Amino acid sequence: MAKTYFTSDHEWLSVEGGIATVGITDYAQEQLGDLVFVELPDVGKKLTKGDTAVVVESVKAASDVYAPVDGEITEANGTLSSDPSLVNSSASGAGWLWKMKLADESQLAGLMDEAAYKAHIG
Amino acid sequence: MTGDDDKHLPLEDIHTAVGARFGAFAGWSMPLTYPAGVMKEHLHTREHAGLFDISHMKLFEVSGPQAIALLDRACPLDAGTLEISQSKLTFFLNEAGGILDDLIVTRLGNERFMVVANAGNAVADEKHLRELARDFDVRVEPLDRVFLAIQGPEAWAALSRAGIETGSLLFMHGVEPRKNWFMSRSGYTGEDGFEIGLPAADARELVAKLLEDERVMWIGLAARDSLRLEAGLCLHGQDITPETDPAAAALMWAIPRDIRATGAFIGADALPAAVERGPPQKRVGLKPEGRQPVRGGAALFDADGNPAGHVTSGGFGPSAGHPVAMGYVSTSLAKPGTRVFADVRGTKIPVDVSPLPFTQHRYRKG
Repeated sequence: MAKTYFTSDHEWLSVEGGIATVGITDYAQEQLGDLVFVELPDVGKKLTKGDTAVVVESVKAASDVYAPVDGEITEANGTLSSDPSLVNSSASGAGWLWKMKLADESQLAGLMDEAAYKAHIG
Repeated sequence: MTGDDDKHLPLEDIHTAVGARFGAFAGWSMPLTYPAGVMKEHLHTREHAGLFDISHMKLFEVSGPQAIALLDRACPLDAGTLEISQSKLTFFLNEAGGILDDLIVTRLGNERFMVVANAGNAVADEKHLRELARDFDVRVEPLDRVFLAIQGPEAWAALSRAGIETGSLLFMHGVEPRKNWFMSRSGYTGEDGFEIGLPAADARELVAKLLEDERVMWIGLAARDSLRLEAGLCLHGQDITPETDPAAAALMWAIPRDIRATGAFIGADALPAAVERGPPQKRVGLKPEGRQPVRGGAALFDADGNPAGHVTSGGFGPSAGHPVAMGYVSTSLAKPGTRVFADVRGTKIPVDVSPLPFTQHRYRKG
């Protein structure tokens, strides 16, 4: 059973078997507006918490999406290359951004659960 | 996000009520998007009619026996040759020929003109115009108006249903259809459309009528920017600045040939030489390859990796269906089809110099 975590930067992580699927929250996609491009990371890239993992571009501006924990990219959501608007229409589902193998699962303890995140965005 | 010092639109409550998202622009708290979002707002304007609150822009009435003389001094303009109701794009230039602001001047009467200035320059423009006006028998009056734009192929029909007939008014003409109203057939989208300056109470009435029409939708500043960029229109402060002259900006068409050498306008001493020399860089359209937008500020390089210019505005063109941009490149590279490269976060994106506009203008010229 996957467990879902949230960050104060409006990302979600769904963790199962040491692999986290990462995306941005519905709240975040709404703030960004219509996305027109997603710059995806290369598989095998090692990230430290806080590194820019993905750049999402709306009509108006580019925004960084940061690695919420340390780890290595195992997959990027290639569908977004042809249809970046999936992030708008399904931020927590088909619009996921990347998967990563966690380097240190204890980092998850510092993240929020859904109730805490909802309180965070008010 | 908007700061405490930002000015507020007279109709802000209307925008808030329909769920606008606000942001700061040129010292104003402005609606950036409405719930439909920038993409739908942009496309709706090209297909139907978009309503914009542009009250951050400033209208000045210039009147008096020497109104023409003042404008001919302030702008590279032959104001006396304008027909009554005719509008013209012009500029305030500095002594070096650099663009202090771009303006639309409309002749309302023999000695009376309307000047529409950009929000970000309105205070400086007023000061500039007032200082120049000391030497002339003329009155410069900033007007307290709500300023609305309605743009798109169905704009005229929506206005007609709201009781405003526009039939004989052609592109780049302006009239005063009611007391304290100014309406011109012009805009910032490349579409047929109108800009209307009017008192706030009248504006509330007009907006209510227009929004009853399903063809009309509020459009925010984000879509206003993507619409004008596709239409190849400049944003002052970005695409044209006091450091760019009309020759480099490819805007010499706005300056009557007769006055380029002989005019008494500020900048007249510098401009002929700038034209004669030819600008080292020119403003061009830029079409990035692929889907990744190239933004303002990105550096441009030629095929050998030498600096070639920079991007001044860039984003995604919802109607074009691809990223669109404009910027300045070395004059030798300014020919459409020339390939240059934009640095985006360390990656070189191929970009082709492209004719402007990206979407054809659909003005009602007659």
